Amino acid sequence: MTVLLIAEHNNKELRPFTLNAATAASQIDSDVHAVVIGQNTADAAKQLSELPVIKKVLSVEAAHYENFTAENFAPVIVKLAENYSHIVCSANTFGKNLMPRIAAHLDTSQVSDIIKVISSDTFLRPIYAGNAFATIKSNDAKKCVTIRPTSFDPCESTGGSAPIEKVDASEEFSNTKFIKREEIKSDRPELGTARIVVSGGRGMQSGDNFKLITEIADKLGAAIGASRAAVDAGYISNDHQVGQTGKVVVPDLYIAVGISGAIQHLAGMKESKVIVAINKDGEAPIFSVADYGLEADLFEAIPQFMEELNKLNTIQK
Amino acid sequence: MKILVAVKRVIDYNVQIRVKEDGTGVVTDNVKMSTNPPDDNAIEEAVKIKEAGKATEVVAVTVGEDKAQETVRKALAVGADRGIHVKVDGILEPLAVSKILQKIVVKEKPDLVFMGKQAIDDDCNQTGQMLSALLNWPQATFASKIDIKDNKLEVTREIDEGLETIEINVPAIVTCDLRLNEPRYASLPNIMKAKKKPIEEIAASDLGVDMSPRLEQLKVEEPPKRKAGIKVANVAELVQKLKNEAKVI
Repeated sequence: MTVLLIAEHNNKELRPFTLNAATAASQIDSDVHAVVIGQNTADAAKQLSELPVIKKVLSVEAAHYENFTAENFAPVIVKLAENYSHIVCSANTFGKNLMPRIAAHLDTSQVSDIIKVISSDTFLRPIYAGNAFATIKSNDAKKCVTIRPTSFDPCESTGGSAPIEKVDASEEFSNTKFIKREEIKSDRPELGTARIVVSGGRGMQSGDNFKLITEIADKLGAAIGASRAAVDAGYISNDHQVGQTGKVVVPDLYIAVGISGAIQHLAGMKESKVIVAINKDGEAPIFSVADYGLEADLFEAIPQFMEELNKLNTIQK
Repeated sequence: MKILVAVKRVIDYNVQIRVKEDGTGVVTDNVKMSTNPPDDNAIEEAVKIKEAGKATEVVAVTVGEDKAQETVRKALAVGADRGIHVKVDGILEPLAVSKILQKIVVKEKPDLVFMGKQAIDDDCNQTGQMLSALLNWPQATFASKIDIKDNKLEVTREIDEGLETIEINVPAIVTCDLRLNEPRYASLPNIMKAKKKPIEEIAASDLGVDMSPRLEQLKVEEPPKRKAGIKVANVAELVQKLKNEAKVI
């Protein structure tokens, strides 16, 4: 058995969740190879080769891989799959887009978004927005598995020295053309990996009011999240959305402000270590998952919260 | 341009699901069912494209038990022209569903296939991508904006880093994000009219596809419960607890 991990990167460097996926891959079998597909990816390949859990790195470079199009990626991975028992990658939008295309070509039923490796063929995964956990055994000869990155710790990033092997590119898929990517740049920590997340919901009432959230986040060195209701109302851009159809976050501290706690929002944050809910509706479902609930008008509570934080001598960052 | 839209019947998104005591699944008896929410966005988009004069026909298809036909009927009530119900008992894996849809695509020859990006029951997020692999068509997943330009589509996709725009040639698959549009409600007259629209019934077993399960669901269980939290009286107490008890700030 050998596991093939599909690395997620931006051509220059690995995206952080590749390290979490590598941990999961190494729990399936200790023999893990990784493939980096892109254009001018020498640095990312080198970084991958330094992960101690990776035994070999495969590098596939071509101009048509520069933008990570699934239609271009799938054929080369399907060809490589001959030598592997498992194909794995992160269950973020990159892996969600790509893996089923590979699985269908291999005539394999994919196991999506696993949160635990039980054995090399059996996995735990959330269903119904995390309201139930299913234990799934795959009877396919080759297994395609996507990994919920926040459920696995990142692997060690130094000390390895896996060989890097070049692999031939496959042909370009001509019916899909990349136009542009608009990445939202921010000085704040990334939502998916931040130690603290401060999120606002419909209770914020306007986009302007989100500056209350921003101030708290700046003070705590936190990422900013939002409920789908806040995103749909146009208070904040969609890359901040936490929930079943947004991002899943597992920070040490999650502060939900003016969020009622719809099932689909809870799916994205209820595994957080400590949850704070600030809401004026004492019956709001968010309180059922909160370690500390404050029933209060957020427009009074948040400025007070800022004052209290300012009184502290030190704040962990 | 002809658009095929795939819809799935799932437990309604507002229902708090319950796990069966014997661990074989979740309770579905006497539970409110409805169309998978992003599938509603897929239907809405197809109907809007037709209303804009850029599509000639919208066909809604579902794969499922007898009652799954309700989702097709609902699609007809909001503007789809006709329906197809591929009948099958029990739960199919996305791979089998995509093989069935492939057969329907070969038969119907649509230019576009729309569906929701993910079903909210199994949360697999696979069927659209698998179908496009089987057809070797382009795929635009997690679509939040679709512009039709002759035989091309410019699609904005919701990705973790922000937004991505791609151009795909028809025929193509698009999986729809909730942000794509605001699905309309069916009016009573349209619900009545929909009852007269045709729904073709096809037995999945007649399509000659391999539907055998590859996965075994060994157990379904409740997730670990969080221990009950406390209500704090004021902000000062909250900050003190976070600092000294939880030690997170």
